[in-house]
Amino acid sequence: MTSTGLQDKRWLDPDATPFIEFRNVSKTYQGVPAVKDVNLSIYQNELFCLLGGSGSGKTTLLRMLAGFETPTSGSVWIDGVDVTDWPPYERPVNMMFQSYALFPHMTVYDNIAYGLKRDGMPKPEIRERVEELLGLVRLSGFANRKPEQLSGGQRQRVALARALAKRPKVLLLDEPLGALDKNLREDTQLELIKIQESLGMTFIVVTHDQEEAMTLATRIGVMDEGYLVQTDEPHTIYEYPSSKYVADFIGDINLFECVVTETESGDLSLYSAEIEAGLCPPTSFAAPLNQTLWYAIRPEKMRLSREPVDADNVLSGIVHEIAYLGDFSVYWVDLDSGFRIRVSRPNISRLDHFAESWDERVYITWGQDAGVVLTQ
Amino acid sequence: MKPLGLPKFKNGHRWVAWVPTLWLLLFFLIPFLVVAKISLSEAAIAMPPYLPVIEWVESGVAQIRLNVGNYLFIIEDPLYAASYWESVRIALVSTLVTLLIGYPMAHVIAMSPEPRRTLLLILVILPFWTSFLLRVYAWIAILKTNGLLNSVLLHVGLISEPLVILQTDVAVYLGIAYTYLPFMVLPLYAALSRLDRTLLEASADLGATPWVSFFTVTLPLTLPGIFAGSLLVFVPAIGEFVIPALLGGNDTLMIGKVLWNEFFANRDWPIASAVAIIMLCLIVGPLMWLNRLQAKQEQGA
Amino acid sequence: MRLGRYVMPVSAALGFGFLYIPILILVIYSFNASKLVTVWGGFSTQWYVELFRDPQILDAAKLSFKIATASATLALVLGVAAAMTLVRFRWFKGRTLLTGMVAAPLVMPEVITGLSLLLLFVALDNLLGWPAGRGVTTIILAHATFGMAFVAVIVQARLRDMDRTLEEAAMDLGARPLTVFFTITIPSIAPALVAAWLLAFTLSLDDLVIASFVSGPGSSTLPMVVFSKVRLGISPDINALATLMIMIVALGGAIGFWQIRRSMRGRSSR
Repeated sequence: MTSTGLQDKRWLDPDATPFIEFRNVSKTYQGVPAVKDVNLSIYQNELFCLLGGSGSGKTTLLRMLAGFETPTSGSVWIDGVDVTDWPPYERPVNMMFQSYALFPHMTVYDNIAYGLKRDGMPKPEIRERVEELLGLVRLSGFANRKPEQLSGGQRQRVALARALAKRPKVLLLDEPLGALDKNLREDTQLELIKIQESLGMTFIVVTHDQEEAMTLATRIGVMDEGYLVQTDEPHTIYEYPSSKYVADFIGDINLFECVVTETESGDLSLYSAEIEAGLCPPTSFAAPLNQTLWYAIRPEKMRLSREPVDADNVLSGIVHEIAYLGDFSVYWVDLDSGFRIRVSRPNISRLDHFAESWDERVYITWGQDAGVVLTQ
Repeated sequence: MKPLGLPKFKNGHRWVAWVPTLWLLLFFLIPFLVVAKISLSEAAIAMPPYLPVIEWVESGVAQIRLNVGNYLFIIEDPLYAASYWESVRIALVSTLVTLLIGYPMAHVIAMSPEPRRTLLLILVILPFWTSFLLRVYAWIAILKTNGLLNSVLLHVGLISEPLVILQTDVAVYLGIAYTYLPFMVLPLYAALSRLDRTLLEASADLGATPWVSFFTVTLPLTLPGIFAGSLLVFVPAIGEFVIPALLGGNDTLMIGKVLWNEFFANRDWPIASAVAIIMLCLIVGPLMWLNRLQAKQEQGA
Repeated sequence: MRLGRYVMPVSAALGFGFLYIPILILVIYSFNASKLVTVWGGFSTQWYVELFRDPQILDAAKLSFKIATASATLALVLGVAAAMTLVRFRWFKGRTLLTGMVAAPLVMPEVITGLSLLLLFVALDNLLGWPAGRGVTTIILAHATFGMAFVAVIVQARLRDMDRTLEEAAMDLGARPLTVFFTITIPSIAPALVAAWLLAFTLSLDDLVIASFVSGPGSSTLPMVVFSKVRLGISPDINALATLMIMIVALGGAIGFWQIRRSMRGRSSR
C-alpha cells in the first residue's frame, strides 16, 4: 500500500532510533500472565498493526502504551523517554476506543474540543482546530449534534477526530473498524491510511481481523498467548510465516508433519507419513537428518489437473467437496493416505469444466519454492 | 372451535392487574380525597370531631357546607407559614448533607471489585432492616450535652465547653441524613455502576486529571442518580415527624410535627387535614419529577 | 490529591462509620451496668432481664409481630401482582396510574399517609360499618399498603433482570401461564421475594407514625411503646431491645451475603 522506498522502511536500518519501544514488558493479572516478555520497536510514521485472537494480549499491550495499565516488569519508551510510570493524562499519545467512548452528554464539538480545553488552549484556536478536524473527517455540519444522533460510521469519525485533536505523537486505535459493516469498513480503511500519510503521524492499530491488518499495516506484530510471535511486513508474514501458529492464523494453509531424509544422490528431502509422500524442500533448505518439522503450503500456490503433470511436488487424490466462493473456488481433496488438503483455484472463465469434478481423481502440483518449512 | 385456553388466560391476567390497582386506589388515592373533604369541614366536639360536609336535609335534597376557614386560618397564622418554610429548609440542608456523605460511598462501592462490592452494598442496606426508631434513639446518647460525642471531644481537648447539638437543627440534619442514607446511596450506586468506564479512560487519555474527569464526565453523567437520590430523601424529609420530635428542639418547627400536634394534642382534624393538603401540594412537584426520572431510567435499562 | 486513592475512600469510610458507630454504641451500652451512657459501669445483662420482665413491651412485641407477619404476607401478594403488571402486562390500560401509585407511598411523608388512612377508615366505618372501630385490622391494612410499594419495587427490578426465554421455553414445552408462573417465575425470583417479605415485615415492625394514626385503644404496637419510653429520656432496656433486633438483622445480612457469594461462585466456575 504505502511507498516501498527503502528510506521509508526505517526498521530495516540498524541505526534508526525507534520511536516507541517495549523493553522486556510483561503483565500479569492476579497471577495470570497477559503479556509475556515483549520487546518491540516501532518507528516514526509507521502504521503498525498488532494482530491476534482474543486474549492474545494485544489490547493489554496497547493499554500499557496509553497508560491504563502498568507493566508488571519491563519499561515502555516514547520518543526516547521512559513513560512506564506516567499517568495516561500526561502521555503524548491518544487513543481511539473500540466502543468510541464518546461523551454522551457533550456535542460533537465539545467531544473534539475536550482534550484541547484540558491543555488550556485559547477558545478561538480551539474553534479553528475543531473546524479543521471536522473537515478532515467530513463531518462539517455536525458540530452541534449529540453522539446519539449520529450513525455508527459518523461516531467512528468523531472518535477519530477527537483522538487526533491534540496532535499526539502516536495515535492508538483499538479495533477501530470493528463496529462497522463490511462495505463501510473497506472505505474507512483506505481513509485511515490517507489520514495517517497526510498527517505523518505514527498509528498503532489493534485488530483481530487479518485482512484489515494486511490492508493497513506497514508492519504487523502477531501476538499469541501473550507472546509477540512475529513482527514483519505483511508480505513477509504471509509468505514466510515463522511458525505454524502464524501460518495458520493468517490465511489458509496446509500443514504436513515431515522428517528430513536424504535422496540417493545425497540431496536433502522430506518425507511425510501423514500424506505418505516425499516432498521437495525449498532451495536454501538446510536441517539435520531425521529432524521432525512441518511443511506448509498455501491453497492458492497449488495447481489442479485431471492428468498427471511433471512438477517438483506431485500429489494425487479424489475431490471430496467444492466450495464456490465467487472469485475463486476451494477444493477439498482426499489424498490416498486419507489426509484431506485444500486447494484453491481462481475462477478465470465462467464455464469451468472443473466445477463438476466431485469424486474424480485429480493431481495436485506445485513448484519447489511455493511452500515453506517450519520448525515450530 | 374455541381458541385453546386463551380467554381464561386473559382473564387471569386482568385479575392480577386490577387487584393491586384497585387496592391502591382505595387505600392510597381515595384517602386523599377524604382528607381534602374533611379539610373543608368545621371542627366540632363529637366523634368523629368534625361536621359533615354533605348533609341529607330531607330525602333527595342535600345540603353542602364548605368551610375554607381552615385554609384561611393556616394562611393567616405566621406559625404555619414559618413551619412550612422551616420544613423545606431543613429538608434541603439534610438532603445536601446526605448527598455529600452518600456520593463517596456510592462511588467507592461502584468502583469496587466483586465480592467486596456486594458486601459494601449489603452494609449500606442492612441498617435499613433494623428499627429506624431505635437508630434515631441511638443519636440521643451520642449528641446529648453530657453524651458520648461531647465527652470524647472534651477528653481529646478539641473543645473546652460541651457543644449543644441535641435539640438543635444540626441534630435533625444528622438524623435525617443518617436514616435516609440508603435511599441516597442506592440510586447513586445504580447511576455510577451504569457509567461506562471507558469514558473515564477516554478523558484521562485526552489529558484530564482524575479530578477534572470527575467534574466533566462522572458528575454530569450521574446527575439523574443525584436527582433521584435527592428527591427520595427530600420528599419524605419534608413531612418527617419522628426525627424532629426526638432530636430537634421545641423551636424546631417541622410541618410533620405541627400536623401531629394538631391531630393528637388539639384533636382538630379539619386543620390537620388542611395542613396535610398544603403539604401535599408542596411535594407534588418533586414527586412528579421523581416519577419522570424513574420512567426515563426504566426506558434506558 | 489523587481522587481514586485518598479522597473518595476516606470519605466513604467516614460514611460507613457514620452508619455503624451509633449501632455499635447501642450494642455496647446494652451491656453497661450503669444507667448513664458516658459511664461504663461494667459488663451486665441486667437490662435484658428487665426487658423480658416488662409485660408492656412483651405484649406490644407480640402484637407487632402478629401485625408484621400478616401485613408483610398481604403486601407480598399485592406487590408481586403489581410488579408483574408493571413489567409484563404492556396491554394494561391503568399502567401509568399504577406506576405512580406504586412509587408514591415510598416517599410520601408518613404523617400524610397515616392521617389519610385514618380518615378513610372513619369514613368507611360510617358508610359501611366496616372496619368496625380501629385496631389490628386497620394497622394491617395500612402496613400492607405501603409494604406492597416496597415489595413491588424489589420484585420489579428482579423481574426485569430475569431471563424471559426461560418462561418462553416453558410455554413452548406446553406449560400454561399459571403453571409457568409457579414453576418458573416464582423460583427464579425467590431470593427477591424473601428479601421483599422481610423488608415489608421490618417496615411494619418499625412503623410508629402510621400505626399511631390508625390504631385504636388497646392496640399499642412496639414502636408506640418504645417511642413513649424514649421521649422521656434514655432507658437502657431499649438498648437491649435494639441489640436483639440488630443481632437478628446482622445474622440475616450475613446469610444473604453468603448466599450471593455462593451463587456467584457457582456462576463463575461454570
